[in-house]
Amino acid sequence: MSVKENTEFQPTIVAFCCNWCSYSGADLAGTNRLSYPTNVKIIRVPCSCRINPMFVLRAFQRGADGVILCGCHPGDCHYMEGNYHTRRRMTLLFSMLNYLGIESARTRVEWVSAAEGQRFVDVMDDFTAKITELGPNRRLEDLRCKKN
Amino acid sequence: MQRIGVFVCHCGTNIAATVDVEAVAEAAKSVPGVVFSADYPYMCSESGQDLVKESVQKYNLTNVVICSCSPRMHEKTFRKAVESIGMNPYMLEIANIREQCSWVHKDKEEGTEKAIMLMKAACAKATLNTPLTPGMLPVTKRALVIGGGIAGMQAALDIAEAGYEVDIVEQKPTIGGKMAQLDKTFPTLDCSSCIVTPKMVDVGQNDKIRILSYSDVEEVKGYIGNFDVKIKRKARYVDEDKCTGCGLCTEKCPMKKVPNEWNLELDTRSCVYIPFAQAVPKVATIDPRYCLKLNKGTCGICSKVCGVGAINYEAKDEIIEEKYGAIVAATGFEIADISRYDEYAYGQSPDVVTSLEYERLMSAAGPFGGHLLRPSDHKEPKKIVFVQCVGSREEESCKGGKEYCSKVCCMYTAKHAILTKDHYPDTDIYVFYIDVRTPGKLFDEFYRRAVEQYGVHYIKGAVGKVTPHKETGKLEVQGYDMILNEQMHIDADMVVLAAAVEPSHTARRMATMLTAPMDNNDFFTEAHAKLRPVESATAGVFLAGMCQGPKDIPETVSQASAAAAKVIGVLAKDQLVGNPCIAHPDELMCNGCSQCAGVCPYGAITYVEKEFRMPNRTTKMRRVAQVNEAVCQGCGACTVTCPSGAMDLRGFSNNEIMAEVDALCL
Ligand SMILES: Cc1cc2nc3c(=O)[nH]c(=O)nc-3n(C[C@H](O)[C@H](O)[C@H](O)COP(=O)(O)OP(=O)(O)OC[C@H]3O[C@@H](n4cnc5c(N)ncnc54)[C@H](O)[C@@H]3O)c2cc1C
Ligand code: SF4
Ligand code: SF4
Repeated sequence: MSVKENTEFQPTIVAFCCNWCSYSGADLAGTNRLSYPTNVKIIRVPCSCRINPMFVLRAFQRGADGVILCGCHPGDCHYMEGNYHTRRRMTLLFSMLNYLGIESARTRVEWVSAAEGQRFVDVMDDFTAKITELGPNRRLEDLRCKKN
Repeated sequence: MQRIGVFVCHCGTNIAATVDVEAVAEAAKSVPGVVFSADYPYMCSESGQDLVKESVQKYNLTNVVICSCSPRMHEKTFRKAVESIGMNPYMLEIANIREQCSWVHKDKEEGTEKAIMLMKAACAKATLNTPLTPGMLPVTKRALVIGGGIAGMQAALDIAEAGYEVDIVEQKPTIGGKMAQLDKTFPTLDCSSCIVTPKMVDVGQNDKIRILSYSDVEEVKGYIGNFDVKIKRKARYVDEDKCTGCGLCTEKCPMKKVPNEWNLELDTRSCVYIPFAQAVPKVATIDPRYCLKLNKGTCGICSKVCGVGAINYEAKDEIIEEKYGAIVAATGFEIADISRYDEYAYGQSPDVVTSLEYERLMSAAGPFGGHLLRPSDHKEPKKIVFVQCVGSREEESCKGGKEYCSKVCCMYTAKHAILTKDHYPDTDIYVFYIDVRTPGKLFDEFYRRAVEQYGVHYIKGAVGKVTPHKETGKLEVQGYDMILNEQMHIDADMVVLAAAVEPSHTARRMATMLTAPMDNNDFFTEAHAKLRPVESATAGVFLAGMCQGPKDIPETVSQASAAAAKVIGVLAKDQLVGNPCIAHPDELMCNGCSQCAGVCPYGAITYVEKEFRMPNRTTKMRRVAQVNEAVCQGCGACTVTCPSGAMDLRGFSNNEIMAEVDALCL
């Protein structure tokens, strides 16, 4: 599925995926030949707790319209408790974004296990649809680093 | 200045069909730092790897970017290749343009565009790569096998044979698995107990093998060579070391009406029980759901009759912690729930049974001592209808059917027909099938014997309805013969359903704990469908038996031995090469605040006083963080916590990740 056919706006979406669960879940989506929008581009990190909120802000600044963080389900973190750190850090980031008047829906945390190829697809379909609805991210985009 | 080489793989048509690989290679030429790019049909092949190696030498490359399948597939392959010509393996990055691009997208233009972005991101990261050297990890020379079926037993025996200690964790009170419940086995018709119980004894007597029966794996932490596993030893209320398995308690126990799972609830057992005569370990277990003493505080007979004082009503679940170097998953299978197929009247008539129940009915150790009697009135059935593929090979349906073929049903149904005819030659047997699948040594000969020698009526078609008639005690089977194109009515005494097999219901929980991938049906996924069929994608976890997919006993045993060989390969090493992608603080920025140690789940961070040079030739002692390289697992929790930005992760540094972000966004 691609959003391209129906709308003009093509959101840029960065998906940070932990190596053990979500990145493998994304691989499984491929192995099972499932399909999600091309807008989603994945960056591999060892654990969701490696994702610095600064990376998320950086992505918005550079023009991303949505940033999604995927990790192992609570309790299943390969590093035991990394995803709990992620959850707490991101909750802080969400409230900061809200405070700044930026839709916190532009970023979210989802748990996808290595066995959940279908869930990965469902999450990405849903997130892409929501971001498309929200429209382009203009508030955080740093116009100095605008695309071309 | 970096000199990057970009290599784009076609993967046959796997990538090339949805990504214009030449365009990706062409686009790479204008990426800053890239001095060479090429595409090739199979990068991972020897000639593909040679191309990479030659180009590195010819163009003096400092970094390599491979646009190919997932790094989980071939990162190692390519790292090894570049290492062989003296390049640091961590100067290589993979852009995943197969699993995360060509396989999930249909439109070639969009696929190509995305592949180019992924390639650019990989180049951006590669530019910042630094050479890394791994440390060495010790190996705990013991193995854990989860599941004590034929798969688990074979794996454990082979590992023990090589001289290593093995623990088998089995959730049931005895090892043996489904094979111990079978009557005879195809295609040789040797008695299942006669071949499996000696194996169970071998396992029980092997001093390298410890059986942790009636136990569950509760937690798995760690990594290849060094797994930390918590195992719950469920309270048996009988001291395993004291119990001699005499069975006196089971005789005297007044609570005799407990459904007997060993005979698939076709009969009953006592509350304190030994599953069957040849159980290993042969010790009694009290079923806490039914025990009068445990629930009402009355009775207590078993403790009075036990001559060795083995009964202990105060027993509690116990958690033990063990270390292992490698793990074999052998959690096997269950019979799928077919209660939703009402057309077969399973659940309405006791004379409609599953094939596994039929095994118990035929077995000499079964509820009727080996006389084939139907459960309702204990009469010999004269006409039996077998229905194949119940719940297998179904399109995904509301009934919970399986899309896959359960593989063993065609053969065991032929076996059931032959065995029944052998003992009761005047029985009329009908088998309704979609296809008869008999690939396997001596399999087709076996099936033909059922048809030609025993006169079993094989009917290509389907059963539409089974109606139990109370008055006559018959089961009216309405079927359809596809070849004669006619309806059939059979008044049967019994109907046997070849119900689909499905993975153990604990498999998903296990897979999650082991961080091992599974497919949509909950079978464990092998690291490579053809080339690494007994390994899980998670290093140090291996697969054996039905938990990986439907298979018969010979296949299960071969896979188990193969998994054991892989385990031995791990345990034979004294040290494994570690992961160099670990945290390290920039000592000049670190102010010793101690925040990082608080989040490290492994306790890898300590603090030391170090002398730093200050202006005017003075020095100052300052507290800074220090990461233990053998303990750090490289999660990165500390890097984000550090308020001064001193802590960074090798291989996934702040700058590398941000370079990727920039490349994907701009
Ligand atoms: C009706 C029927 C007839 C068959 N007849 C034949 C035949 O004639 N010839 C033939 O070659 N094959 C036959 N098969 C196939 C054969 O049964 C299987 O190939 C074989 O049993 C697979 O062995 P396994 O060890 O993988 O699984 P299992 O036998 O299922 O063993 C798995 C074990 O793991 C335990 N376990 C599961 N989960 C956990 C957990 N989380 N923790 C701890 N322990 C756990 C289970 O309790 C069980 O003991 C038949 C199958 C059926 C259904
Ligand atoms: S990366 Fe993870 S394991 Fe390593 S020191 Fe930091 S918190 Fe500990
Ligand atoms: S959190 Fe940062 S500053 Fe504080 S001790 Fe750790 S590395 Fe040093």
